[in-house]
Amino acid sequence: MKHLLLAATLSLTASAALACETVTVGDLSVEHGWSKVTIGAGRPGVFYVSISNSGATDDALVGISTPAAGMPMLHETVVKDGVASMPHAMSIPVPAGQSVQLSPGGYHGMLMGLTAALKEGDSFPVTLSFEKAGEVTVNVEVLSLRAEGPDCADAGQ
Amino acid sequence: MLGVGAYRTRSRPALGAVLPVPISEMTWQLTDEKNQSVRPADWIDRPVMVFFGFTWCPDVCPTTLSDISLWLEELGAEADRLIVALISVDPERDTPDALAAYVGNFDPRILGLTGSADEVARAASEFRMTYRRVDKDDGDYTMDHTAGVFLFYPDGRFASIIDFHEDRRFAVPKIRRTLS
Ligand SMILES: [Cu+2]
Repeated sequence: MKHLLLAATLSLTASAALACETVTVGDLSVEHGWSKVTIGAGRPGVFYVSISNSGATDDALVGISTPAAGMPMLHETVVKDGVASMPHAMSIPVPAGQSVQLSPGGYHGMLMGLTAALKEGDSFPVTLSFEKAGEVTVNVEVLSLRAEGPDCADAGQ
Repeated sequence: MLGVGAYRTRSRPALGAVLPVPISEMTWQLTDEKNQSVRPADWIDRPVMVFFGFTWCPDVCPTTLSDISLWLEELGAEADRLIVALISVDPERDTPDALAAYVGNFDPRILGLTGSADEVARAASEFRMTYRRVDKDDGDYTMDHTAGVFLFYPDGRFASIIDFHEDRRFAVPKIRRTLS
């Protein structure tokens, strides 16, 4: 499965279920990788994903890379006194036995320097680097700007 | 499994915060996404919902506009008299055309307003909201900004704010209170 996903690059015709596939590395499973349409390539894109850790050891997401963007970064949206900002997140904890979401209004991948505008239905790979488990690549599905997440039939794992 | 990460919990209200001035006393002049001039006086006798943001914003702004679109759909024709506007805090990049391309992705009742830096600053101060430019190393920049959604009664009085991390179930009842 991992090899299949690694082989898939910037395809323009993603199957609707791409974001629903689960990839694993060590004790971590990664699924529901999705992004939103951008207006042009000048504006940053966004990357959301779910990670769960079924092991007994804490891990952490420490970086992302993708051919779709020159400067991908981990961010966290923080609202303090009603004011939203999104500082760089050096690392996102994935504690043992827990799951973590990069999701709207919280942690997210910020895709700066897009190589092309992201269009609905596109897909692109993102490689996640974990402190302990190493690297894993997921396919990310581009949904509409209004989307709240991929529509997966299974209720997650 | 237990989850950690992004949750929408109720945020603490800002105690002692100064309330926005009534729409009827506001003085800004902005331009909408169709290049039409908009003044607060145009909104008299209509309930009003305003959100500040910018189109380069990939997380908070589309999330809020998606939420607003869902609320408007839930309210249906009931919300047809509601003025709904995104006011850009990044007028340097957000031209009326940029806003048109952006708000076109959401409920058609949402207007996009921009204007001169001075007029945006005037609107921000009348809404008692804050925004600031944050420069990044590569010469690019982003904007920090008040993320709440402001609600006003038809007579222009400030009604309430829907906070970004507030439980979204409270939003539609809050909006409904401004409609009658
Ligand atoms: Cu960000």
